[in-house]
Amino acid sequence: MIYFNKVSKVYRDDEKVLDDINFSVEQGEFVSLVGHSGAGKTTLLKIFLAEEFPSSGTVHFGSVDVHTLPRRQITHFRQKIGVVFQDFRLLPDKTAYENIAFAMEAAGRIDEEIANNVPNVLELVDLGSKMWNFPHELSGGEKQRVAIARAIVTEPDVIIADEPTGNLDPINTYEIVQILKKINDLGTTILLTTHNKGVIDSLGKRVVTMERGRIVRDDKVGRYVL
Amino acid sequence: MFWINTKRIIKSGFVHFWRNGVVSLASVLVMSVTLFVVGALIFMGALLDTSLQQIKEKVDINIYFITPAQENDILAIKKSLEALPEVTSVEYVSREAALAKFKDRHSGDYLTLQALDALDDNPLGATLNVRAKDTSQYESIARFLESKNALASDGATIVDKVNYYQNKTVIDRLTQIIKGSEQLGFAIALVLILVSIIITFNTIRLTIYISREEISVMKLVGAQNKYVRGPFIIEGMLYGVIASLIAIVLFYPATSWLGGLTEKFFGGMNIFHFYIEHFGQIFLTLLGTGTALGIVASFLAVRKYLRV
Repeated sequence: MIYFNKVSKVYRDDEKVLDDINFSVEQGEFVSLVGHSGAGKTTLLKIFLAEEFPSSGTVHFGSVDVHTLPRRQITHFRQKIGVVFQDFRLLPDKTAYENIAFAMEAAGRIDEEIANNVPNVLELVDLGSKMWNFPHELSGGEKQRVAIARAIVTEPDVIIADEPTGNLDPINTYEIVQILKKINDLGTTILLTTHNKGVIDSLGKRVVTMERGRIVRDDKVGRYVL
Repeated sequence: MFWINTKRIIKSGFVHFWRNGVVSLASVLVMSVTLFVVGALIFMGALLDTSLQQIKEKVDINIYFITPAQENDILAIKKSLEALPEVTSVEYVSREAALAKFKDRHSGDYLTLQALDALDDNPLGATLNVRAKDTSQYESIARFLESKNALASDGATIVDKVNYYQNKTVIDRLTQIIKGSEQLGFAIALVLILVSIIITFNTIRLTIYISREEISVMKLVGAQNKYVRGPFIIEGMLYGVIASLIAIVLFYPATSWLGGLTEKFFGGMNIFHFYIEHFGQIFLTLLGTGTALGIVASFLAVRKYLRV
């Protein structure tokens, strides 16, 4: 479903952030990208989201070359992908409910559907009781659960989770991983980047290891090896 | 879909405005100051206009006729003067009227009145008081009269003197002052308006700078540019609407306090009356300026952060 074909990214100072990346992700897979800071994980995700363009190579989503899409189409393309960030990135002046509703509004869903789905998805991440709280009234783990709810409410084909547990304690980390697993079980493809050895080892899923912009390992059932 | 989106954008703009209370308040206050400056310039302009108008109206030139001049000839000159495009009005003062005026002015001065009585005939000639549309036009009127000088019925000159040449330097100076103050007023207005607009622009840019993270998140969640931009433009509009209301309300005490003073100082023009009479116009000008400023400033400021 996702195909990286000879993707390289060079910044102005001739530093190669990504070097000849080739890999693909099938529908329904749960892929973890691991590697030290600066290994190129986040750049890889940014290129996939068309936030950045590769210096060479192509990225396909299905049959579509992501970087040839016109601006308007990029918006539609992003609506098929849910994104979860390490720093949550919730809209600070919107409640948990409104944050999630915003993603649906942006995707052009009707009001009835929004009123139906948002409470459901908040129940799924176990936050039904904090629906009307603002982000600053929520703990880190709760914020991340809202962010995940926002990512899945539009029923995307892929969830991108960039270090979603980076700011969380072990218990919250465990819960977030369980939620991601549950979403994956329901059929959504997940692309996760992480530093957390425990997370990788407990998942027992495919692991792609990066080092200095290259893929050095790709194990079907991986462990955290660095 | 269009209506649903419009509804959502408007609602979101209001909510964002309300929840960012302090930031919104700051923007509204800065914009109120800008609109207050714009309003004050409207009042200043009106004051300058009326006082210059009054000064201009005080300037005229008088044509004195010799005593034997026939009324018909004078009226003929009056008619030809009135036909000139530069002339606003020509007032005819007959010999009798001139005498009555003279007596009236010297009603306490027996010596003069006695001397007047001692004369057999009315010594005063008739006059024409000519008023031009613009002080710079008196010269051409005076020149016209010179050429007209010989034109009495029997060929003899009936004009005694035209006092333009005595007043020439004063009229010229006045013309210069009027022109100068109009230009200076315009320049000051331009600078003040420019400065206020720049300050308002920067304030709105700062409020949107605060939201730059939000804008990028909205984009990454898959919102289209217009959907992200819309609420900010609504907010900008709100700043303008509220600020214009504040400014127009503030002008009530300000002008009622200054009204008496201006009436005394500028002779006749009371800015409080001006405020009441032109309330609609002033309010619409402020409202239009405010909303336009808010919309344009928001549009430009958001544009920078939409490139994600």
